Amino acid sequence: MAATTVRARGTSRFPYLLVLPAVLLFAGFVAAPGGYALVLSFQRRKVNGGLLGGGTHTVFAGLANYRDVLGDSALWSGVVRMLALGAITVPGTVLLALLFAVLLDLEGARLRRPARLARLTIFLPYAVPGVIASLMWGFLYLPATSPIGGDHVDFFGRVAVYFSVGNVVVWGAVGFNMIVIHTALRALPPELHESARLDGASEWQIVLRIKVPLVMPAVVMCTLFSVLAALQVFNEPNTLKPLSNALSSTWVPLMDIYDEAFGNSDIHSAAATSVVLAAAALAVSFATARLVQSRIPQEAE
Amino acid sequence: MTTVTGTSAPALRREAATPVTRGRAAVLPTTALVLGALYCLVPTLWILVAATKSRTRLFSTDTYVPSLDLGLVHNVRDLSGYQGGIFWRWMLNSFFYATVGGVLASLVSAATGYALAKYAFRGRTLLFNTILAGVLLPQIVLAVPQYLLLSKAGLTDSRFGVLLPQLFNPYGIYLCRIYARAAVPDSLLEAGRIDGAGEARLFVSVGLRLMGPGLVTVFLLQFIAIWNNFLLPYVMLTSDDKFPLTVGLYSLLRHGAAEASLYSLVITGTLLSVLPVIALFLSLQRFWRIDLVTGALK
Repeated sequence: MAATTVRARGTSRFPYLLVLPAVLLFAGFVAAPGGYALVLSFQRRKVNGGLLGGGTHTVFAGLANYRDVLGDSALWSGVVRMLALGAITVPGTVLLALLFAVLLDLEGARLRRPARLARLTIFLPYAVPGVIASLMWGFLYLPATSPIGGDHVDFFGRVAVYFSVGNVVVWGAVGFNMIVIHTALRALPPELHESARLDGASEWQIVLRIKVPLVMPAVVMCTLFSVLAALQVFNEPNTLKPLSNALSSTWVPLMDIYDEAFGNSDIHSAAATSVVLAAAALAVSFATARLVQSRIPQEAE
Repeated sequence: MTTVTGTSAPALRREAATPVTRGRAAVLPTTALVLGALYCLVPTLWILVAATKSRTRLFSTDTYVPSLDLGLVHNVRDLSGYQGGIFWRWMLNSFFYATVGGVLASLVSAATGYALAKYAFRGRTLLFNTILAGVLLPQIVLAVPQYLLLSKAGLTDSRFGVLLPQLFNPYGIYLCRIYARAAVPDSLLEAGRIDGAGEARLFVSVGLRLMGPGLVTVFLLQFIAIWNNFLLPYVMLTSDDKFPLTVGLYSLLRHGAAEASLYSLVITGTLLSVLPVIALFLSLQRFWRIDLVTGALK
């Protein structure tokens, strides 16, 4: 009996030891920065008047920073551009990924060589950083170096620029999402479509009426990942910026935050914008996860 | 004539029904897939062609045609000579951040996921819900606040400032919990306990071992996430000898905007930075089960 208690006590301490690193990291690099940003967002730097001159000190500012952030037209234009870009990248990524996954699935359980190579090639851009991808596509867009007609088409035109930036995002994301959906398709029991085939359903009917509805959870997960990526888009427009004047330094919200923190050295405004963006992102992703039956809450039970 | 074909065609079709539809069905998807693969290859192929051109030819020659005059050799030499070979420093830095960060983050995730799956302890539900919320919070949004806090602590412009925030990987923890649940049977742990094995030993020699294939996946996911990361090192670092490739090449591009001759260096650097990670990917393909990224276990 005594032995059990000792063991139980040993056991009861061990799980805390296991989770300790993660808890410390969470506290240090998620909770603390979040809290600190919150504190900074309620403060403001004030220039000292009078004889001392020049110096500044920090004062409590209440909601003034938030009022400024929400009234900042540059940020709102950034939000609109982010939404426009997301309207291209989210459906673009998910639909192309779904298409490729279905095509792979049509190839059957054992992929032949061309299909296997295609799957790998479509997946590879996942390992290419957004910055590098933007450099590659950037030179493809640039009139002086473009092999795809950049001297005839303005890839950085008023509307075209969204598709140019969106293309880089989609290029990098399609492969990963394709794999996620293809994995789900492969996990479906073969009896399902075999009986449908016996009933005379065509391959495409089987795909559209049976398979796609059954892998909806995977598609939803891909949509969620793509929405999250769209909210934090930064690398692609920021890297393409030196190549074109069409992209301003506040083109999307995250660039705006960066510009406030490092361009204007206004950390209080940057902190307030960060808080607003994080809260909005969290709300959108929670809503997306909730709205459609996502697999994350399902497995949380 | 028409009547003849009209009557014989259905018969033919019925006879060869399966092979014909199968054959036609297979050609179209394969073609579409190959087109998709080409779309993914185009930028890499172009960068390969562009990297063969010397800086004077980059803007003057036909963009599709590679130069065969050792332009690539010169470009690599120029790049290696740029600021005392700082490009290779960036490459090493990227590997350092991604490897060390990936290994440590996987261990942290494994320990946490295993604890969440295999022990009942106070605060477990709270911890798990926090981690789920962490999955949903875009990590990049935290980069600027992390910088603000670390600059207060004097940790900016150090390798720790880049490494430490990337050790907490909520999605990795979430996956590890699934793997531990599925791959580590309770009966085995019980048997070990009866034999007198300590909890720590059980974790290392039973838990970690059985979670192996899943852990490789978590490692590679985090390796690529760190390798691809830009904003965090971009805000944290000011000295260029600590830059990873992404920040290094971006800074080179920014200089290139003023000095067009640097463009060929950027292009060569881009090519050289894509090649090793593709090689790594292909060689590790055997060990990493792509389907595990979704938490699917079969």
